[in-house]
Amino acid sequence: MITEKEIIDFIYREAELLDTMQWQAWLDLFHAEGRYWMPMEWQQQDPVLQPSLMYEDLLLLKVRVERLAGERTFSQKPKSRCHHLLQAPQIVACDAAAGLFKAKTSYIYTETRGDLLERFSGWASHDLVQVGDILKIKLKRVDLVNFDAPFGNIQLFM
Amino acid sequence: MARYGQNAGAIEALVRNTEVHRDVYVDPEIFDLEMEHLFPNSWIYVGHASQLAKPGDFITATIGRQPVMASRHNDGSIHVFYNRCPHKGVKIASEPCGNTGKFFRCPYHAWSFKTDGSLLAIPLKKGYENTGFGDAKANEGLSRIKNVKIYRDFIFARLNDTGLSFEDYFGESLSTIDNMVDRSPEGKLAVMAAPIRYMHTCNWKMLVENQTDTCHPMVAHESSAGTAVKVWKREQGDATETPMAVQLYGPFMSPYEFYEQSGIRIWPNGHGHTGVANSIHSNYSDIDGYLGQMVAAYGEHRAHEILGEVRHNTVYFPNIMVKGAVQILRNFIPIAVDKTLVESWVYRLVGAPDKLYERALMYNRFINAPTSIVGHDDLEMYERAQEGLKSNGNQWVNLQRLYEAGEEPDATAVINGTSERQMRNQFHAWAKFMTMDMDKQVEAAE
Repeated sequence: MITEKEIIDFIYREAELLDTMQWQAWLDLFHAEGRYWMPMEWQQQDPVLQPSLMYEDLLLLKVRVERLAGERTFSQKPKSRCHHLLQAPQIVACDAAAGLFKAKTSYIYTETRGDLLERFSGWASHDLVQVGDILKIKLKRVDLVNFDAPFGNIQLFM
Repeated sequence: MARYGQNAGAIEALVRNTEVHRDVYVDPEIFDLEMEHLFPNSWIYVGHASQLAKPGDFITATIGRQPVMASRHNDGSIHVFYNRCPHKGVKIASEPCGNTGKFFRCPYHAWSFKTDGSLLAIPLKKGYENTGFGDAKANEGLSRIKNVKIYRDFIFARLNDTGLSFEDYFGESLSTIDNMVDRSPEGKLAVMAAPIRYMHTCNWKMLVENQTDTCHPMVAHESSAGTAVKVWKREQGDATETPMAVQLYGPFMSPYEFYEQSGIRIWPNGHGHTGVANSIHSNYSDIDGYLGQMVAAYGEHRAHEILGEVRHNTVYFPNIMVKGAVQILRNFIPIAVDKTLVESWVYRLVGAPDKLYERALMYNRFINAPTSIVGHDDLEMYERAQEGLKSNGNQWVNLQRLYEAGEEPDATAVINGTSERQMRNQFHAWAKFMTMDMDKQVEAAE
């Protein structure tokens, strides 16, 4: 039986994996049909026929992760690092019967590379599913508060 | 110390047959002169008529660094103005787009203007009686840009009163816009959403040059496109169909020979395109139902002719690039000598299947977004160049690849696809449009 605490712990664990650059362990959190979505509109509904900054399946996320380690990944010389500061996740749904486990988490995200440091604010929405005894990410949606602003490179994951 | 102002000879000396001086990328005075001369002398993209569907609709833009706006008047006409109130200079429109209703109203003192820019009303108008206001510049309303051309719904403007006509300026290069529009079964494009915006800490011309640089994809993008191909090969299992995403990334890894034979076409005034015989966009899967729609609209022969033209990147000098085959326009907006805002627009082919729009949006976020793994390495190269060019060891940037003695300026030609001639073509145009109004200004000052 998945509890609210397990959802919250899952979200903290995910941020920890990103902050410590345990990319493979982070990918393992995703369901085979999971998606990572970074919308580009306020309360965006459609990831396919409206523009997004990212809408990626596991194949594309694997490409990103492998690229980060590549010998000829020039934009990662020097490498980026990141830091997630999360507010306590709000449980939106914790319904085992319906298979619905959802939470929304307000965050400040920092990405740094060389002497540069960029800071972003937004909300992460997790749609999780139960596989066996554990949770997997069906959809991780990150809405930036300033999704419409022009950014420089964002190379890691919020 | 000002070295280049009103010194056409010094500017022309920055561009040699096979190299350009680094000052074109790093000197703030050169940047200022580009804003004063190059951009006002050129035809600049303002927006798309589909963004102005109804009377009162407006969009804002910049030409060089001057704020402009375009509006749809109640008689259906489109007008382009400087975006400033004739009273105190306050910007009339502060948003990228919107609908103003029947008139524009300045938020500072409530001066109002019809949607054709003419002055409608001023509060307490009697305060201007017997002041000679009838002769004041302010009485004309919003300052209108006279030289505006709407070509197949693409709105261009030239700020300077004199210069090349739109037709003389773009000439045959308009064939890429034609092809993009013709790809709609209804011959119509529509802007559906805001562009992807991406800030670059480099000079705007580095981005423009990169559009026809065919010797960098297999090098700079090995980490993104190469990894995508590698991961797909490993993970594809029994899949028979290559996913749309891999179809988009894969061709970036095409070998030099592919780009050599695909060719580059150059046109006068700095325009040119890669992908003459074929391009990285040639082998995408067919979209169900689309060819049938095109044949119904244009006939068998013409439909295949339109879809057979798969140009890669077309540079419209000075600062946009159009991809007809995936309906994308990138606008390289200069902010400072080392800062460029890139806005990448996607047009929907009106009447075509959703899948085509889905693919264009996917391409745009894969390649042109701040989250794009292709964009990451491009920006890294530009930033390193912006830094590296500060070195005094060698003050020249080499553009010599496949140079032939006696190359004619302002020519139309199809050449080897790995030539740097389109970059030479751009810099020839750069010197021309930087200096074409300089002598005249010297005379005016005397």
